[in-house]
Amino acid sequence: MGKISNEDLLKKISDKFHDQVTTVGEPFGLLTLETGREQIIDVLSYLKNDAALQFIFLTDITAIHYPGIERQIGIIYHLHSPVNNVRIRLKVFLNDGDVHIPTATVLWNGANWMERETYDFFGVIFDGHPDLRRILNVDDMVAFPMRKEFPLEDPNRVDKKDYFFGR
Amino acid sequence: MNDIQLVDAPAGVEGAGFFATSVDKVIGIGRSYSLWPLPFATSCCGIEFMATMSPHYDLARFGAERLSFSPRQADLLMVMGTIAKKMGPVLRQVYLQMAEPRWVMAVGACASSGGIFDTYSVLQGIDEIIPVDVYVPGCPPRPEAIIDGFMDIQKLVQTESLRRRNEPKYQELLASYGIL
Repeated sequence: MGKISNEDLLKKISDKFHDQVTTVGEPFGLLTLETGREQIIDVLSYLKNDAALQFIFLTDITAIHYPGIERQIGIIYHLHSPVNNVRIRLKVFLNDGDVHIPTATVLWNGANWMERETYDFFGVIFDGHPDLRRILNVDDMVAFPMRKEFPLEDPNRVDKKDYFFGR
Repeated sequence: MNDIQLVDAPAGVEGAGFFATSVDKVIGIGRSYSLWPLPFATSCCGIEFMATMSPHYDLARFGAERLSFSPRQADLLMVMGTIAKKMGPVLRQVYLQMAEPRWVMAVGACASSGGIFDTYSVLQGIDEIIPVDVYVPGCPPRPEAIIDGFMDIQKLVQTESLRRRNEPKYQELLASYGIL
């Protein structure tokens, strides 16, 4: 266990942000919170700059896609406080078609490539990002391949058609 | 040391003090036993190629021990491993930098067809971007299979015309890839 328990952590965040941050759970002891895009930078900034918490390390930014529900795209932030040996996870869910969220590069320079990767695979637009373009996939790709509506298989491939296998 | 084998002379006209054959055949034999391969190894097939080059299997027996790490001096492009779509233009550039005559060997399932990586990020066979002479199946192929593929290349080299580049069929093939 870290120097700060999840209860203390949750209490500090609740005192500061009240009902703007809701608790999702504590899977595997990892406190998971949900918030909105209006206050995500405030929450991240508080977690990073608070003298006691010191979540100075941005482990990862990624996203997830749940098709068929109202707020399909979730953007997920993992933070680590090396001083207190504790981690936290933040989620922001957005409607498909309006996938805009403020950039975290104002807090961590390391968020630059993480946000480019999240844009590359999920099409999340990080407003204010200095250079939001594809990073891993080919530049001329039109799809956001980790979204569920795009097929995983390469459509150019013909040698796996059913008629080759008598189906 | 008495079992040294020499390459058989090509078919020709022989008489007292002379031997006549076509330049094509002589140069073909010469080329086939001194191919300089360019190993384009991106994954596990490249590891098998290392075994093929090593003394146990010894590709030097076929005259191909001199690897050319510059495409400009290479005769044979050996593509061994998964080629991601982002690597595709690089591979094409390497092929374009090779001088004629040039041959291409796709070693392993990934280079031949994309293999198990039937996915948005992987090129589904290098023959989508460059022409391929010999495909070696396997995942990865054993060194014997790579050597077998190499011997097929040697046969191609021996039997092809010297002016392969000028043949309409060959030019048509290259044009279909947007090369020339």
